[in-house]
Amino acid sequence: MSQALPLNTHSSPHLRIQDLNVWYETNHALRGIYAEIPTFGITAIIGPSGCGKTTLLRSLNRLLEEGEGIQVKGQVWLNGVDIYDHVMDLNELRTRVGLLAPKPYPLPLSIYENVAYGRRIHGLDVLDKGNGRNLDRKVEHYLRTAGLWEEVKDRLKAPASALSTGQQQRLCLARALAVEPEILLCDEPTSALDPISAQGIEEQLITLKENTTIVIVTHLLRQASRMADYVIFLWMGELVECGPAKEFFENPKDSRTQAYLMGKIG
Amino acid sequence: MLIKQRLEESFFKILMVISTFFVLGSLLLILGTVLWRGLPALDLAMLTQTPQGGYYLGKEGGILNAILGSLCLAGGATIVAVILSLPIAFYLQLYSVPHFTKDWIRLSLDILWGTPSIVYGAIGFTLMIYLGMRASLLGGIIVLSLLELPIMVRGMEEAVSMVPKALLESSYSLGATRFETAFKVVVRQTLPGLVTAILLAFGRGIGDAASVLFTAGYTDNLPTSLLRPVASLPLAVFFQLGTPFPAVQDRAYAAALVLIVLVLGLSITSRLLSSRFTKNIIR
Repeated sequence: MSQALPLNTHSSPHLRIQDLNVWYETNHALRGIYAEIPTFGITAIIGPSGCGKTTLLRSLNRLLEEGEGIQVKGQVWLNGVDIYDHVMDLNELRTRVGLLAPKPYPLPLSIYENVAYGRRIHGLDVLDKGNGRNLDRKVEHYLRTAGLWEEVKDRLKAPASALSTGQQQRLCLARALAVEPEILLCDEPTSALDPISAQGIEEQLITLKENTTIVIVTHLLRQASRMADYVIFLWMGELVECGPAKEFFENPKDSRTQAYLMGKIG
Repeated sequence: MLIKQRLEESFFKILMVISTFFVLGSLLLILGTVLWRGLPALDLAMLTQTPQGGYYLGKEGGILNAILGSLCLAGGATIVAVILSLPIAFYLQLYSVPHFTKDWIRLSLDILWGTPSIVYGAIGFTLMIYLGMRASLLGGIIVLSLLELPIMVRGMEEAVSMVPKALLESSYSLGATRFETAFKVVVRQTLPGLVTAILLAFGRGIGDAASVLFTAGYTDNLPTSLLRPVASLPLAVFFQLGTPFPAVQDRAYAAALVLIVLVLGLSITSRLLSSRFTKNIIR
């Protein structure tokens, strides 16, 4: 299934989470999380509903703080820089750490403009011109990467809202990739999709992991075992176990992990 | 029990029908009266001429001064109000403002909304005397824009609050700032709502007589300068109704008809225009 990626144990981690705590008002939702997310490959965050999977994911691009009454304490190191340091530029962080949401929300623009949006706001379209490429080719490239090009190449000016949910999710993937993130966070990216579309997204992500670090939240154990190279298991806001997927699934150490994998709890 | 429920149901159903009938009936009554008395008095001269000598005694002339004056006043005030309202609506809805501050701003706007327009007029007039300004188009625009502001902000805020949070987040998670998100995503997504808010405010502005009475004044001339007095349709209605001549009073109804048609026409046109830009909206 998942190949043994050299980075899992040897190379330096892409993200290092250090004593991360999150409170929703008085509810202590994440309790002292320590974890490392390896460079490249797919890291899956798993656990039962309400265990803090999405909270942990959204703390990695600080989208969590868009909500109200949320308090975060701790550090998350991205290439040696603490993203919770006050000098961190949120927009730069979110450009480098992209997000694929559970339900696709295209922007109220055409298919083309959805993919071009990020490049335009970051001035990458100007850069494209300078390099003798153009935005059109970039848009095509990312739509191809997301596996949507063939279906939309004749109607790029059409509203993105006219696409099916499965197509919209691939459009959101293309849109996220177009700003060239080094990390892509995926929050149950297939939960709103039919099985065929879901499989498509899974395949795209597996292709992407060669040169992008992917962190995926899923409540589907089978999806995690299909895709993940590395697993983080959360239980009631605490990190129970994390490690390479093979080891995690075949030889879990913690009794709660064993019970969860056997389907006795969660 | 069953009979009681049935009685309740039919009682409220009748009540709803009666209420609806009252509202629609009032509208028809107003339109009917204005059409019945105004339409015969309405002719081309009224729309294309300014008042000639003796117009208010029933002689020839028209109300072009008031038509153009009202369009300048309400148009100018609406532009000023949009420039002020959009940032307020975005600030209240998209930025993390403390609840206390938000509530306070909303309360202030609601009080402004409830303030009678004659009070706006009186305060505007006092300030203008203090500043040494005379009744003018500019004075009218400023006071009218303040009159339009609360209705426009609350309308826009309502529209912006309907934007799904996940849509905002998908823009933020591409590294877009709140400003970029507001003007590139939220404006497109909420355009019909924003247009409705603007139209409501424009309707309130163009129909108001009391606030422009002292601040914009009245004149038989066409508007030419921001610093000169300007005529308006509500005041044209008011002055003509106040004369003892039935023929002039009929012209007041004709002026009212022009006012209603203007608001209606603008409303329809802008809705048609904005619907051309709504095909991308995410539902």
